[in-house]
Amino acid sequence: MKIDNLLYKESEWLKGTGPKANTVISSRIRLARNVDGYNFFTTASPETKRKIFDDIQAAVKKCKTLKGASLLSMKEITELDRQFLVERHLMSLEHVAEPESKGLVLDDKEVVSIMINEEDHLRIQVLQSGFNLTEAWRIIDAIDNDLAERLRFAFSPRYGFLTACPTNTGTGLRGSVMLHLPALAMTNQLNSVFQAISKLGLTIRGLYGEGTEATGEFYQISNQVTLGYSETDLIDNIEKIISRIIGRENTTRASLLSKNKEEITDKVWRAMGTLRSARIITSNETITLLSTIRLGIDLAIIKEPDVKVLNELFILMQPAHLQKLEGKALSPQERDVKRAALIREKLKS
Amino acid sequence: MMCDICNKREATVHLTEIINDKVTKMHLCEACAKEKGEEMETHFGISDLLQGLADFGVPHEVKGKKNLKCAACGFMFSDFQKIGRLGCPKCYDSFAPQLVPLLKRIHGSDRHMGKLALKMEKGKQQPSRVQELQELKIKLQEAIAGEAFEEAVVIRDKIRQLENSLGQREDNENR
Ligand SMILES: [Zn+2]
Ligand SMILES: [Zn+2]
Repeated sequence: MKIDNLLYKESEWLKGTGPKANTVISSRIRLARNVDGYNFFTTASPETKRKIFDDIQAAVKKCKTLKGASLLSMKEITELDRQFLVERHLMSLEHVAEPESKGLVLDDKEVVSIMINEEDHLRIQVLQSGFNLTEAWRIIDAIDNDLAERLRFAFSPRYGFLTACPTNTGTGLRGSVMLHLPALAMTNQLNSVFQAISKLGLTIRGLYGEGTEATGEFYQISNQVTLGYSETDLIDNIEKIISRIIGRENTTRASLLSKNKEEITDKVWRAMGTLRSARIITSNETITLLSTIRLGIDLAIIKEPDVKVLNELFILMQPAHLQKLEGKALSPQERDVKRAALIREKLKS
Repeated sequence: MMCDICNKREATVHLTEIINDKVTKMHLCEACAKEKGEEMETHFGISDLLQGLADFGVPHEVKGKKNLKCAACGFMFSDFQKIGRLGCPKCYDSFAPQLVPLLKRIHGSDRHMGKLALKMEKGKQQPSRVQELQELKIKLQEAIAGEAFEEAVVIRDKIRQLENSLGQREDNENR
């Protein structure tokens, strides 16, 4: 696979077509697996790491569920390309450093990705557009079964799938939903939501921004617990809680619109004005403004652009993407200029 | 050996605690152990209570708490405490007394309820004696945690029997 081809391709999960796409950007399920008979990655010798890589490569080639998928060797691609794959949510930041014996299996729709030799030998991931953990589970379960026919996973009847970190043991399943919650944020309801969530075995983190201060009101909610429940129970739990959060976000949006129509309309059009006019723009400012535009579309304050375009901009405006679009390395200042130009182009009326 | 507290009944519960590199031992009868259960749990910590009672099966390094080591991969428990990652899948058995309370704290459970590894589902063979041993050790931990010391002693004896029948070979490997 040519990584550059992805640059002009629309990822399946960015289409903005999935269920509840107005509040949910994407749903993701990840399974952690290790091949039995080897040390975990951290303590494995370079020789063992190569063997693990080879075992997995051989298994992947035989899997029907992974037909047509490509296997990238991390050491054979540039650091910029690795960064690029992180920005597309196809692998973790931890997978960028020390590329020796690390790999990535990727299907052409960017739905399935498998990190080889990350913290665990395998980190299988399935991404779906909108609120759709059920479909993500259906796909990943089949891939997992397919791989298990060809690889002996480290498993104990008591503890389940054994992982390098005890926080992942059992199902090895992490379900994450990426949410856009601007109305709950504006009405200061987020804190109470977050407190309730943590009591229900889920965790939340801001998708952008440092520490607790989130930028653009995008949040990722995931299950904390992986042991003691079946996979479908874990997924049901996330779905139930998130459905309630979505419901609250939507009613708050409606009441905001009826009570503060002028203010919100003003805010949305100002955001659009800035994005269509700026010559220099940081990624933080971009995220904040795109977040407002996204709300404006859902509340029918503006009709354009399509959510798909917004989702795409969130990906394209990141450093590695900008540099790949430009075809050369850019300084942070140069990126701010390139970013502004790209946004003007995409939001042209 | 008589119980350290009542000095009337046979001591069957043995506790080991390491304070400032000094090994302190207590020998109690079941009745006194039960009575002192709560006090001991706070004083010794449940894992130490376990070590005292579960004076078998666990690799010998376990006794010197500082040198707790996985017999399969050589990973030290102290390394886990530093980096938060285990050395190999067998570490889960090697450090079971330490990991079970941790798993319960993280997940509220220490028992897998999810899907099985496909190969195991198909195999459906009898659990091996090693697995059986492992299950017994888990039951023992649970009995101790629930302060069911009489039950714990019964389980302990079963474990000893099973271990004896498993022979010397493994024993030698641990040394
Ligand atoms: Zn006594
Ligand atoms: Zn180990």
